[in-house]
Amino acid sequence: MSSPDLDLFVSDLDELYREVIMDHYRRPRNAQELQAPTIKTHGLNPFCGDESSIQLVLDGQGRVAQVGVQGRGCSISQSSSSLMSVLLKGKTVEEVEGLTELFRRMMQGKDLSEPERLSLGEAGVLEGVRRFPVRIKCALLAWMTLLDGLEEYRAKAKHAPE
Amino acid sequence: MVEQGYFSTLPGAKKELMLNVARLRQDFPILSRKVNGRPLVYLDNAATSQKPRQVIQALVDYYKGYNSNVHRGVHALSMEATARYEEAREKVASFLHSPAPECIVWVRNTTEGINLVAHAWGLANLREGDEVVVTEMEHHSNLVPWQKVTKATGATLKLIPVKDDGLLDLSRLDTIITPRTRLVSVIHMSNVLGTINPVKELAKAAHKVGALFMVDAAQSVPHEAVDVQDIDCDFLAFSGHKMLGPTGIGVLYVKPEVIREMEPFLTGGDMVREVWWDRATWNDIPWRFEAGTPSIADAIALGVAVDYLQDLGMVDVRAHEAQLTRYALERLKPLEEVNVFGPRDLSVRGGIVAFDVPGIHPHDLGTALDQEGIAIRTGHHCAMPLTRDRLGLAATARASFYLYNTEEEIDLFVESLKRAIGYFNGVGRRSPR
Repeated sequence: MSSPDLDLFVSDLDELYREVIMDHYRRPRNAQELQAPTIKTHGLNPFCGDESSIQLVLDGQGRVAQVGVQGRGCSISQSSSSLMSVLLKGKTVEEVEGLTELFRRMMQGKDLSEPERLSLGEAGVLEGVRRFPVRIKCALLAWMTLLDGLEEYRAKAKHAPE
Repeated sequence: MVEQGYFSTLPGAKKELMLNVARLRQDFPILSRKVNGRPLVYLDNAATSQKPRQVIQALVDYYKGYNSNVHRGVHALSMEATARYEEAREKVASFLHSPAPECIVWVRNTTEGINLVAHAWGLANLREGDEVVVTEMEHHSNLVPWQKVTKATGATLKLIPVKDDGLLDLSRLDTIITPRTRLVSVIHMSNVLGTINPVKELAKAAHKVGALFMVDAAQSVPHEAVDVQDIDCDFLAFSGHKMLGPTGIGVLYVKPEVIREMEPFLTGGDMVREVWWDRATWNDIPWRFEAGTPSIADAIALGVAVDYLQDLGMVDVRAHEAQLTRYALERLKPLEEVNVFGPRDLSVRGGIVAFDVPGIHPHDLGTALDQEGIAIRTGHHCAMPLTRDRLGLAATARASFYLYNTEEEIDLFVESLKRAIGYFNGVGRRSPR
């Protein structure tokens, strides 16, 4: 393959597989499974076998004190999971839901405002996935799994005895 | 190991050098399109095949020239449509060496064909204590329906295991196929491992205990000569879209003495003879298994696909694919990072090559190859228990060949794969900024 073609190949893929993404794939953060989590959830993308397990420990003020994310899958799903885990620390459940909604909107191709993008931190780098539509589900897996877990937590809290 | 020239010595092989692939590629309009600026290299034939213009034209001709509902019209269009539709049935019957066209039931696809047997035969005939036997390498379509009907009837589902070399483990077959077995249903060619299973031998084993035998022929009928009388199967199902035909049409073959005893699956119009307020009688076989307006155009187009394949000759189709597979395995062998699954013996292996590269997810490989116009499939290939539990993998990548693929395309695939592996092994190893 000629050098210009190889450069194009590399640069096209670089849009998707940014350094930060591949770093989080190779060295996933917060990978330890938490033993006594406040929230525990699991998600699966049956079409490809990507899996995501998430645990959260909330402190007395309802903020995320600890995060555990484990799973298996492609570089996009796993790095997205790791990037998400870093973002969650110290946030309230409402803030987490807000960030998840922002991330989802970004994946759906909506433009975010500057403060919105900044609030996503390094997870914003997954913006490049939008050019590869088949991979959007990969990027969303951990976030949607988390959302399911939060919904369940809220539902339980509603029905919990006073 | 199969020698060079093995297939050209088989009876029926044409004397001239197998297929004229360069010429037949011209029959496939889609093969000249570009993807991401590169020529399409379509290696996802196990998922679906491309269509020659003859098949595409048959669909157009039908809708332009004689579109009409079949079977009951007395006008010219209806009679023409009916004649062509039933002629397509006869073509398929001949293609399979079926004893009669009445053994050929039109269905939507292989999955529907298997569901028809599971519901129309299975629910009526299985009881508590009966056994249904499948294998560990089944596609979901030949596993999930049997889960359903065994649960519903109290019968037991058993599995013939797969060895590490990708072949079925037949060493303890007599403990799996027992006098309580009522049906053995087996994938003919694995859509993951490429393994071609010994269906004749398994049919005998099934019949010996009084069980019926079904073949999931989705990957075999398109790629090699399949003779239902030679196999002596009781049921066989395949899909039109994997053999140059359109989507939405498939075939279920049922042995004469079995089909006579079967109750219908779907009921309604066309499959009835007489209807009163509270009951109905059934139409003759096979129409009693074809409720509602059928996929007329698609059936006719499948007949044209059968013609196309008969012209080429299935022995030559198989020989060409065996050569491609041999070439692909040779070119992949030096790549130490690549694990190829399935048997290496080409006499028991079809043109399906699933592989993985530890440390690089198949999706990522698939995306990289797609950038260069190369279409492969990634995932569990509708065989989750095989992929996840037996092979221990979340996903694999799969390249699958057909009569229009070339060795040049395999070269492009392997070169692109090498570049992709280089890319993923390089990125992320650099220290992050």
